[in-house]
Amino acid sequence: MLCAENNCGTYLRRIADGISVVLKGFSRGKLHQIFASTIDKGVTMSSTPRPGSRRRSSIALAVITAAGFALAGCAPGSSGPGAQESADQASVDVNTELTSEEVTLTIADETGFPVTDELAKEFTKQHPNVTFEITRDTFQNLTANAPKLLAGENPPDLIRLPTIGDTARDGLLANLDPYAEAYGWDAWPESQLAPLRMNEEGTRGSGPLYQVGLGYSITGIYMNTAIAEKLGIDGPPQTMAELEDDLATAKAGGVLPIVAGDKDGVVNFVVQAAMNQYADKEEFLSWMFNEEGSTYATEGNIKGAELIRSWADAGYFPSDINAVDYFTFVTRFSEGEGLFAFNGNWEAANYQKALGDDVEFFLVPPAEEGGDHVAMGAANSFSVAAGSDELDTTTYFLDWIHSDPAARQIITDVTGASPGGDPSLEQPTVEEGSLIADALDMAAQIGEENGQVDFMSNTTAGIYAGAIIPESQLLVTSKITGDDFVSRVQEFYENEVGS
Amino acid sequence: MNKATTGPLHSAEPQQPVATGSTPTGPVVAVAQPLRRRPVRRAGSRTAWVMLLPALAVYIGFVIAPMLMGLQYSFYDWNGVGASTFVGLENYTRVLTDPVLLASILNAFTLIIFFTIIPITVGLILASLIRSMRQGPVSSIAQTILFLPQIVPLAAAGIAWAWMYADTGTVNQFLRAVGLEGITRSWLADYGTALPAVGLIGSWVLTGLCTVLLLTGIGKIDGSLYEAVRLDGAGWWREFFTVTLPGLRQEIAVLATLTIIAALSSFDIIYTSTQGGPGRATLVPGISIFRIGFTQSDVGLASAFGMVLMVLVLLVVLPIQRLSKVND
Repeated sequence: MLCAENNCGTYLRRIADGISVVLKGFSRGKLHQIFASTIDKGVTMSSTPRPGSRRRSSIALAVITAAGFALAGCAPGSSGPGAQESADQASVDVNTELTSEEVTLTIADETGFPVTDELAKEFTKQHPNVTFEITRDTFQNLTANAPKLLAGENPPDLIRLPTIGDTARDGLLANLDPYAEAYGWDAWPESQLAPLRMNEEGTRGSGPLYQVGLGYSITGIYMNTAIAEKLGIDGPPQTMAELEDDLATAKAGGVLPIVAGDKDGVVNFVVQAAMNQYADKEEFLSWMFNEEGSTYATEGNIKGAELIRSWADAGYFPSDINAVDYFTFVTRFSEGEGLFAFNGNWEAANYQKALGDDVEFFLVPPAEEGGDHVAMGAANSFSVAAGSDELDTTTYFLDWIHSDPAARQIITDVTGASPGGDPSLEQPTVEEGSLIADALDMAAQIGEENGQVDFMSNTTAGIYAGAIIPESQLLVTSKITGDDFVSRVQEFYENEVGS
Repeated sequence: MNKATTGPLHSAEPQQPVATGSTPTGPVVAVAQPLRRRPVRRAGSRTAWVMLLPALAVYIGFVIAPMLMGLQYSFYDWNGVGASTFVGLENYTRVLTDPVLLASILNAFTLIIFFTIIPITVGLILASLIRSMRQGPVSSIAQTILFLPQIVPLAAAGIAWAWMYADTGTVNQFLRAVGLEGITRSWLADYGTALPAVGLIGSWVLTGLCTVLLLTGIGKIDGSLYEAVRLDGAGWWREFFTVTLPGLRQEIAVLATLTIIAALSSFDIIYTSTQGGPGRATLVPGISIFRIGFTQSDVGLASAFGMVLMVLVLLVVLPIQRLSKVND
């Protein structure tokens, strides 16, 4: 009985119960005696020890401990009403008509991503009865708090959720399959949706749809063309070997070959970019989706990691790389401090503003001439809370984001990302020859070549901070080999997924 | 008369430094005296209990109960929301065998040098210097300036120092200006210097606290002792070791307790300056527990690590309490 619906409530109730027990005990005088003796021993504990005090204080401790366990009552979180709820949802009635009532949708998003503000403004303009309340927290805080927020009494209708983790299994997320069917989301490219699905075993790639993207990102290489010209580099490298030649040319010319930072792990855009070109894509993805028996320690991944180690040995990275955070990394490339930067479309507008026409954006070249490209890309993923009171309105909003021309334009203008959705819809208009136009072309090409992979940092909730960042810091400063890097990350993965 | 005070107590003994945070024993001792007088206890102690009740409830609800819940969680495999599995001591086994977690404990102990030894040593020197200054505006300005870092939030200190330690930061600018170009580096990115650099942030913050507290302690030392030792022809050092240092034993014990706890449970400075990097050179239990509990959602393992940390803190701090009382 003490194990109630949700944790917060349970906790408060336990405290309340505890107090009432104390009160009742007090009136009967029984607990009074117990506590009185406890306190007597308490005195003993904190003044000079005298014979027998050890025994008495252990009695006191036992009494307090017993009282505590009586308060706690039962195993933590052992009742799981959530799982049932989400199962019910599969048969829920879907209404694709927008409500005419006054509705306020709540969105929990990360700081520094204004796209939800812009979309909300446009939606309210088109549908004045729907207003929005958007709360923001840093990426790290939001990620850490997401399960608690979703499990609370009033979960946000829509929440930025980078990794599904246990939230789907715990029944905290709305199953979007019925809505996908009603709105015809099956016309969207499946490669975009696969990472947003999770089956009952907790494996991504199949099962119900739990997330959609507000923009779908693509990564590649930014090149400072002013520096490239001075070095005699006349265009984007077509193979990894050519890329290595360019790096050597830059180094010889006294230019920093790769602007990178690894205080917060951003160098892993480079690490994974190298791995992508040698790894078996399906194998790599199956690991990122946590499929049983999959491993990170593949030949291709090791080859990619060893390549990074050789780049570190050759001094292609900045010497203070482990003190450089994402912001400094972006600033340094914007200020022309190096030839290449591995980053995503989201910085396209910023780089364009800083470097004007002196910058180009292209896909990481394949290992062999003419090979297919592989690039990291992911949905800027949002989930709908299972406990949301406005499932119909929230999913209408999500469909609108993928189909309304104004909304699609906002996605591209603000994030530089592809709006996704049905590929037959008209693409947003962008300035000819701009980096954002490059980014949309790259996204289209990767779509055609079916070369999109997820970010390896999304593999599990803890792997980025717990293994990938610290180990990559060691790798890019030549403290460990590529083989060490891969096997240590895999070891962490087994620990986390296994437990 | 029954006194049912609920604040931190000062019993008959002059100093009872109580370990902050982990094991406050405040309210318990406060009602000690009435309970000892059994014959007149009944009526009066009931009133005492009623008056004690609100504080007791808060104390149980916000300190005892969460601690016991943490203890309970530590025996489960639980993600904080969903179903849990009882796993016995498995979480503890993992904490005590995982080399990464053990290394983070070692880092925390290294921080004691910077959080405890340096601030107290420097504080002692500064306090005795300030004492020998004439009372006046200069000595109060000196005290104020020394105490200022204490009011800066640790998180902000971490960020500001990270800038100063950067490749082009103040520290390196200074070193270049005095011709020490050779030793400049990105202090927080260097595996050898990251932990000392982070530790020195702690020294910077805590020295002021130590100085001010020690200065107060010096003020309580009987002036005639100083006079006597002077008459015997003692110099500054002799005076320091014969009068000042022994007279400050209680204050030093309190400071050692506070600063050791700050070292072992450090989080904010490191979270905002290095986040445990480079590699795991500055990883401390606080960061590990935060990541395991909130990023990895492994509440059981995080609770077990928290319990281990609490025990470690107590093991280090309790002997200090005892030492400060010996030979009183």
